Amino acid sequence: MRKALFTALLPAVVTSRALAVDYASEIQPILAEHCLECHGTDEAKGGLDLSSADFAKQVLESGSPATEEIVARIRHTDPKEKMPPAKKKPLSAAEVEKIAAWIKEGARMEQHWAYRPLAATPAADERAAAARIDEMVGKKLATEGLKGSAQAEAVVLYKRLNYDLLGLPPAVEDVDKFLDAASKDLDAAYAQAIDDLMRSPHFGERWGRHWLDAARYADSDGYEKDRPRPDAWRYRDWVIGAVNADMPFDQFTIEQLAGDLLPDPTPEQIVATAFNRQTLTNTEGGTDQEQFRVEACMDRTETLGTVWLGLTVGCARCHSHKYDKITQVEYYQLYSFFNNADEVVRQAPRSMEEWKTYEAKNGAAAKQLATLQKKVDQAKAALPVKLPEWEEKVKAARAEAKATAQSFAVLLITELTSSTKWVKQPDESWKMTGKVPQRDTLTIATKPTTAPVKAIKLEIFPAGTDKKSSRNFVLSELIIEADGRVLTQHSHVADFSQAKFAAKDVNDGKDDNGWAVSGQTEKPHHLIVQLWDEVPAGKTLRVTMKHLYKQANHVPAQVRLQSSADVTPDSIAPAEVVKILNEEPKRRNPVVIQPLWDFMAKVDPDVVAATRQLEAARARLPEPPLMDVRVIADRANNPRQTRLLHRGDFLSPADEVQPAALKVLPPLPSAKPTRLDLARWLASKENPLTPRVVANQMWSKLFGEGLVTTVADFGVRGEKPSHPELLDFIARQFIELGWSRKRFLKMVMLSKTYRQSSEYRVGGIETEKDPLNRLLWRQNRLRVEGEVVRDLHLAASGLLSRKVGGPSVFPVMPPDIADLSYANNFKWATSTGEDRYRRGLYTFFKRTAPHPDLTTFDCPDANLTNVKRTVSNTPLQALTTLNSETYADAAKALAMRVLDKGTDDRSRLELAFRHCLSRKPSSSELDALGSLLNDSKKHYGKDELAAWAATTRIILNTDEFITRE
Amino acid sequence: MSPIDDTILQTRREYLTTTANGLGMMALGSMLAENGLLAAPSVTATDPLMPRKPHFPARARNCIFIFMEGAPSQLDLFDPKPKLNELHGQALPESMTKNVRFAFIKKETARLMGSNRKWARHGQSGMYFSDLLPHMAKTADEWLKIRSLHTDQFNHHPGQLVLHSGRAAFGLPTIGSWLTYGLGSESRNLPGYVVLTAGRGTSGGASLWQSGFLPSVYAGVLFRNKGEPVLNLQNPAGLPATLQRRGLDTLQVLNQERFAQYKDPEIASRIASYELAFRMQTAAPELIDLGQESPKTLEAYGVNRNDPPIKATRGGGPGQYKSFATNCLLARRLVERGVRFVSIMHASWDHHSNLDNELAYNAGMADQPIAALIRDLKERGMLEDTMVVFGSEFGRTPLGENRGGNPNVTGRDHHPFAFTMLAAGGGLKGGHVYGDTDEIGWGVTENPVDLHDFHGTMLNQFGFDHLRLTHRFQGRDFRLTDVSGRVIKEWIA
Repeated sequence: MRKALFTALLPAVVTSRALAVDYASEIQPILAEHCLECHGTDEAKGGLDLSSADFAKQVLESGSPATEEIVARIRHTDPKEKMPPAKKKPLSAAEVEKIAAWIKEGARMEQHWAYRPLAATPAADERAAAARIDEMVGKKLATEGLKGSAQAEAVVLYKRLNYDLLGLPPAVEDVDKFLDAASKDLDAAYAQAIDDLMRSPHFGERWGRHWLDAARYADSDGYEKDRPRPDAWRYRDWVIGAVNADMPFDQFTIEQLAGDLLPDPTPEQIVATAFNRQTLTNTEGGTDQEQFRVEACMDRTETLGTVWLGLTVGCARCHSHKYDKITQVEYYQLYSFFNNADEVVRQAPRSMEEWKTYEAKNGAAAKQLATLQKKVDQAKAALPVKLPEWEEKVKAARAEAKATAQSFAVLLITELTSSTKWVKQPDESWKMTGKVPQRDTLTIATKPTTAPVKAIKLEIFPAGTDKKSSRNFVLSELIIEADGRVLTQHSHVADFSQAKFAAKDVNDGKDDNGWAVSGQTEKPHHLIVQLWDEVPAGKTLRVTMKHLYKQANHVPAQVRLQSSADVTPDSIAPAEVVKILNEEPKRRNPVVIQPLWDFMAKVDPDVVAATRQLEAARARLPEPPLMDVRVIADRANNPRQTRLLHRGDFLSPADEVQPAALKVLPPLPSAKPTRLDLARWLASKENPLTPRVVANQMWSKLFGEGLVTTVADFGVRGEKPSHPELLDFIARQFIELGWSRKRFLKMVMLSKTYRQSSEYRVGGIETEKDPLNRLLWRQNRLRVEGEVVRDLHLAASGLLSRKVGGPSVFPVMPPDIADLSYANNFKWATSTGEDRYRRGLYTFFKRTAPHPDLTTFDCPDANLTNVKRTVSNTPLQALTTLNSETYADAAKALAMRVLDKGTDDRSRLELAFRHCLSRKPSSSELDALGSLLNDSKKHYGKDELAAWAATTRIILNTDEFITRE
Repeated sequence: MSPIDDTILQTRREYLTTTANGLGMMALGSMLAENGLLAAPSVTATDPLMPRKPHFPARARNCIFIFMEGAPSQLDLFDPKPKLNELHGQALPESMTKNVRFAFIKKETARLMGSNRKWARHGQSGMYFSDLLPHMAKTADEWLKIRSLHTDQFNHHPGQLVLHSGRAAFGLPTIGSWLTYGLGSESRNLPGYVVLTAGRGTSGGASLWQSGFLPSVYAGVLFRNKGEPVLNLQNPAGLPATLQRRGLDTLQVLNQERFAQYKDPEIASRIASYELAFRMQTAAPELIDLGQESPKTLEAYGVNRNDPPIKATRGGGPGQYKSFATNCLLARRLVERGVRFVSIMHASWDHHSNLDNELAYNAGMADQPIAALIRDLKERGMLEDTMVVFGSEFGRTPLGENRGGNPNVTGRDHHPFAFTMLAAGGGLKGGHVYGDTDEIGWGVTENPVDLHDFHGTMLNQFGFDHLRLTHRFQGRDFRLTDVSGRVIKEWIA
């Protein structure tokens, strides 16, 4: 008998039984709350692990001392013997008896509900599925003796759809059109409205912003220095675009987590991986780079846990999860998928549209740019691998170099071409004798050299009295070639440079700056340039001097060249590179090390070759609309081995681990899975968590609460779903609807459940039995997010710019907010024109000094993933919408918008009211506003606009306006 | 429902019926009560800042937390080390630095650096202060000096997160948030948690007064010490207070009409928030109007001092002396008005070089106002239940900083292994020195104190068992002291 029972236990999932005590709903939460902290996977005090099926096995040896002991200890009255111990949360008497009964029945353990496979349901279209939702919600209400609410009024429904789908108030004309259609056929008008609104590009802004919370999107690095990330917006545009295009969620997942690993990825798929670059970067002085690299990988792991799996895997960084059976090894297995991904910068089109236009215009040559760019990227990716060897070489060369100053000898110029006439002088210099050109390029050829050349000295002599136009010159670019090859220059030193015209500017590829000497034009000057590769003796050098500065006649009148063969330590590599090489590798943070990468890219033969090809191709084309984007890429060379980190400390690596998914879930299909395999598995039919978790996230945006209220926690300690069957149904439907966000939302929005009124039915049984509305006997009223508060005010007043996408903007902000950033290292340059009034999601988000209008309304700080915002209700919010500049602007604009409309104040007030609230005001509301307007007019006298603004601001401040009802 | 929520709800009812302006609110309040809506078990439906009782009777009610950002040198202010002066210029044995990480020091050539300060014992307790803190020295008998603090972070921002929220992680509430969450606020006209800053801007920025996973109503509110003390406090240009009031009355009519239909308690909360905002518009300017303070008080705090001609750059631009003194005085005024937690921040004390000058400038700035604050609180009988903390994210090294091997050493690097903090009032033992460090100040030799212990003891003084002041987030019961912390009984008077 015993044996038979035990065998029955073996399958992990025990389904229907008729036992008195249900493990999942009754026992597991108690164990999690009171016992597992000490009697869990890691600690198992007294050898007892209550999270393991082995425990059940023990129990089945019924009559074994262990089980008796458990029951005895939890029933004990002596505080020394009693479990849990006195310091811990005590069990109630009922809980004690439940556990005893459960043990008596055989202590059977079922799989936690969230890990169970999703039951198959027959596919249904949105409308049929909506009916199923209502059926399930209705059934549950009926069981509790509760009744659902009536459908909300048509105008409220329409406002609700607009707030939920676009985050914008509907235009008054659209409201009227809808009401007209609804009066004939509300259902049809309503369904049509959903479709119409989903086609708006603002849909992507609204639902993209939800995703950006999860992605912890921001425009700066975070931590002390918190440098701006000028390209971050490109990822935001990707999200908005993907949401607008209704990219299926499985693809949406794969591209963001592993777009770089797709076969032949498109630039857009590369941009998508910037999801992983929303982690923080610490460039504070003295930081250990490995520490923060590991930290970022952990953040990626934990974000994946929260957003897709609804699990707080973070605890398992340091120890196995006490409740959710996620071991520390499993954490690092998951982490290993990210551990081998490097942070890189890639070129991507500024936007798909711009690129398409460019490609259409420039054909195959434009297409080829991507291929050539990829080669450059690959060559650059190899630099970190080459660095140790390169570093040794440079150090050795410096050690070997003779530590003396360089001596120079005159180089003989055989030919000098220019747009004007030059004549050779006895001292081997050349002098301009012709008309002074506006701009000029000198091309100089030398006699074959008699010694090797390590450095070039360029001498420029004061212009004679005949050059009156300008005594100064600007050498915008200097190019030195040998054997038809451009030589890499470094360490430009001039005897004198005028401010902002530095010697190094002759080698930056830009014609609009350069080296100049204003203030000392009467003296001879020289510029010394070191060459990375020494040129052997016997070569002809070719020197090109460009003088293309915007001011005319800034050209030299007499020049001479000299060269040196001396190798000194300073001639080996530029000072800023040597400084980095002297720094311990771990302290070379991304900011510190950048000049080194830049220099290596200039001298590494592979990068140079690839760059040259790319530049040649680019030179034949107009400037392509490309930009740098921070993304990730797997390292191909010497991949990192992942080790478990003892207590999560990067300095305490332990055993090696291999990539794998969590054991509580179905395994990955591949034996040696990649990040791409992981992404595909996450959003597959096999993994029950992603559809449940993501469907619940979307549901929560429409109801204010998820069916699982702990949206981020589907683990044992999370809340159980209020409607388990419904949750599984919508999760399954999400898959059946092709992972389509739009179809999913439509399904929910078509339901009667969603369409209910949000009125509280006071005095009814519902308020008493279900005050929190978990059973959905009404809709919920939801205060909109901080960004949307702004959007609503600007839109209702007509100020809002409807421009979608593009770089972040800098709306008005109190000046001392940006000053709070570290060492005042950040200036907020307030945007002008329409960018002052863009939607809130485009506001530049600086992590250490975010815009107060947003944070006051609970906008998350973007340091961690966020799938559920807190909603507070504070006086600071009132002060913001009453007094802050943007909101005062909106009040005034709304006043102006209605001032010249209508026949009388009452109709104008009504219009202003409807711009904000869609519905028509009641007569008492109109009376109140009219009376305020009259009093305001008395105060302001002739300034009618001010009186109106004093009135419209009150409409904008109503609770109803910033609430989705 | 937990007892804490219960209390909120009860006091909330009282609040609505007694303190709101006008009949409308009273009517609304009683209607809510009648309809049983105030009993809706949702904290957001009530005033989350209502004062509530802690776990056990408290010794402290308010806190002024003076955060010296960047880490002042304990070896030049609080913890004299004659031996360090003796060993000046010598290297440490490799065994001591072997597994130690530094932010900037290059181990191979690092040398010990003595202090140029003069030291004396002060007060009846004979507590040491260096010559840079003559005023604070006179309040020696009020301070508990903890010399044996240590932390696990040696970079600023992570270290500051540990000091303020218990872990080098984002998204956690700061101490002020925990205390206002636990105790609410006594102030009806001002926020419960106020932040005052001076200097350059801290490494941590807004993350040092965040509320993390607690509702943002528990986040610190930044006050400025001149001009408009709170953002958006002033009405839009040309709108007088009378018209603001008139507008709010109309707003109340509109909101009440909606409430009559929807009965959503959140609407009542919104009405209350607008009323509080209106009161704050009067209360906050009154707060920063120092005209009511006597010339003697202004003099004592040094509110009108000018910056001295010291060659120092890290303490912030001109005007820091005035600004910091003003903040100290404002802190007292805030606490007087029932604000629970005042955070005074000054950046920066990160003296990697030019230590003597920089420290002289900063100490000169801080010394007189802090001493005045202690005396002032004491004279007014407020020190008893106001805890004043003087602290930083870590300390500074006995080794001189030779960044990049540079032999020109004039500063100290970050030192997490042993540093000093001070605390006064709130039932802590004045004139008491706790813990000790070795003869060069490298490590703790007696009574090591983790920052969690510090937090645990702080909470204890406010009447909280640090193990029980928790908030469940993502399946875990979080607390300020993370997974450790203990109450240090020896600190308690």
